[in-house]
This record gives sequence, structure tokens and C-alpha cells, in this order.
Amino acid sequence: MKVKIAVKVAVILFGIGLMIFGAVSGELSEIARKATKVCLECIGIG
Amino acid sequence: MKYTNRLLTQIVFFFIQNPLLKNIFTGTIYRGGGKRICTPGLNCYSCPAAVTSCPMGAAQLFFAGAKHNISFFVAGFLLTIGMIFGRFICGYVCPMGLFQDIIYKIKTPKMRVKLKFARYIKYAVLVLFVVVFPMLFINDLSGVGSPWFCKYICPSGTIFAALPILASNEYLRDFAGNLFVWKVSLAMWLVVASISTYRFFCRVLCPLGAIYSLFNKNALFKMKCVESECVSCGRCAKSCHLFLNPAKRPNSPECIRCGACIRECGTGALCYNAIVDFGKNGGNSKDNGENEENGGNRKDVK
Repeated sequence: MKVKIAVKVAVILFGIGLMIFGAVSGELSEIARKATKVCLECIGIG
Repeated sequence: MKYTNRLLTQIVFFFIQNPLLKNIFTGTIYRGGGKRICTPGLNCYSCPAAVTSCPMGAAQLFFAGAKHNISFFVAGFLLTIGMIFGRFICGYVCPMGLFQDIIYKIKTPKMRVKLKFARYIKYAVLVLFVVVFPMLFINDLSGVGSPWFCKYICPSGTIFAALPILASNEYLRDFAGNLFVWKVSLAMWLVVASISTYRFFCRVLCPLGAIYSLFNKNALFKMKCVESECVSCGRCAKSCHLFLNPAKRPNSPECIRCGACIRECGTGALCYNAIVDFGKNGGNSKDNGENEENGGNRKDVK
């Protein structure tokens, strides 16, 4: 039981690590660049 | 936790993700820093009211981008949220889920179908429309692909973004062609299907639901059935809109954690569980992990 929880927590920490790595490598700005304009594909135009 | 408050929780999360309702009438979209962050549910970032980004849209942005790589941020975000909550997000947080729950309340004849095989379509949508096609079909001039799921399928983009934006923007309306007709037709069909079949889009087409379903069994936040309390009355299975049998398999990948079975259970055998229990039996209930793994050993629900 404790091992199972430890594995789950390890996976969550790994996920948080990936998020931090992505944020540090500038992915958030790229997401914001797309998300702050009207996405023409999303609205069925482009 | 009061299970009857699910609709209220969904509405609260809807307004947290979409607080700028006045933008719906002007057709403008929010351009602030909140758009750097993903929301856990399917919520189009072109929705005028939205202040966050859609994780599926963000993921496709990187797959379709010039480098055709995976977004570490989005992957980490989905891994973390999935591992903590699983499909609890579908039941309580997703705006598209709330929309379907509301339209399902329209009084029409309901189709009680199991969608036994159709539910696997969402995994194909995830692999093909979110990952493979955006990487594979590249524009020769720009060198980038298209977000196929957003472009050809996503009803969230059509209903919450396209309709309000095009209603107030005459210039963009002139560009609406065959693709727009396709998207509106598909969205209308999905709305009709979701009125008659509970959570049709979630069950059949949603790639975000497909991702979270992979975590449902092992997420920190899950459900459990206390074998010693279960009298195999079958009330939980009858109450399930998704035709699951929570007593036998409380952490099915299809379960959106709506809690209908927990409300229906007369003995308190079913409860939410996240390291500690949130059921009537509190912390005294036994862990039935073995039972879940050996579902066939249990008595079948009558």
C-alpha cells in the first residue's frame, strides 16, 4: 500500500518536473502566443 | 463531501475558467497572462469568456509546430492532473461536461446505450487527430501542420468560440466556408446525440477523457467498494448513467466520478477515496484493492 502511494507520488512529482522543464524552456510563451489570438482552426475558418 | 453539490461545483469551475462573459457579446478574446496556463477540462482558448488555455489545443500546437515535438509542460500537466484526479475532472471540472449534463436534462426520450465498442473511438481520436495527423500532414510553405482535433472535431471550439465570435464579427463571418459548415453540422449532431445519450461526446470522442481514463484506476482520487458492506443489491449499477457496475469495478476507465452510485448505495459500501475515505464509513472501511483486481471473485450483482 505504501509502495503504491510512493509510486503515485513519484509519478506526480515527475509530472511537476516536466511542467517546470517545459515552463523554463519557454513553452508557456508559445502557448500564450497561440491562445491570445483567435484560433481560426478552432472556429472553423482556417 | 456532499455529492448533491456536483452541478454547483461544475458551475463554479465553469466560471473560474470562463469569467469574462461580457466578451461573448463583443466577440473579443482575453489576451492576458492566464492564457499561459492550461485548464484541466476541454475549454477552447478562443472562447471569448476563457482566461486559460485548452490542454488539447496546446498539445496540438507543439505536435503541429515547426519542430513537431511534444510539449513537456502539457505532458507534465496532464500526467499530474490525471494521476491525482483521473476522470474526476470530467465529472466536476470540464465545461463541456457541464454543457452536456445540462442539455441531457431536456425532456426527450433517452437512449440507454452502452456504447461498448464506440467508446474506443476516443483513443483513436487521441492518437490520430491530436498526435499523428498534426505531425504528418504538413503545409509545404509554412512547414507546420494543423491542429486536426480542433479543426475538424472539437465541439467546444464551435459552440463556445465560433458561434459567439462569428455572431459579433462580420469580417470573420465572410470567411466561413465549408469547414465551418462541417464543424457546425458535427456540433449540432453531437448536441442532439448528447441530449438523448448521456455524455455522448465524452464517451465516444473526447481525447482528454481518453487520457484521464488511462489514470482512473491508479489515480490518487478514486472510488472504492467496501466488500463487507456491499449487499450486492445492484442499485449502484442501475443508477449509473454510463452503464457501469461500480460494485464490481469502481475504478472503470469510463467512470466520470459523478457519484450517482454513491448517492444510491443504501449501505455506504461505495465511497470516494484518496488515501483516506470520504464515505459514510470514514476511515474504518477496509481497502478492497484485491477485490478490484479479482473482480470475477465477487458475487455478481443481481
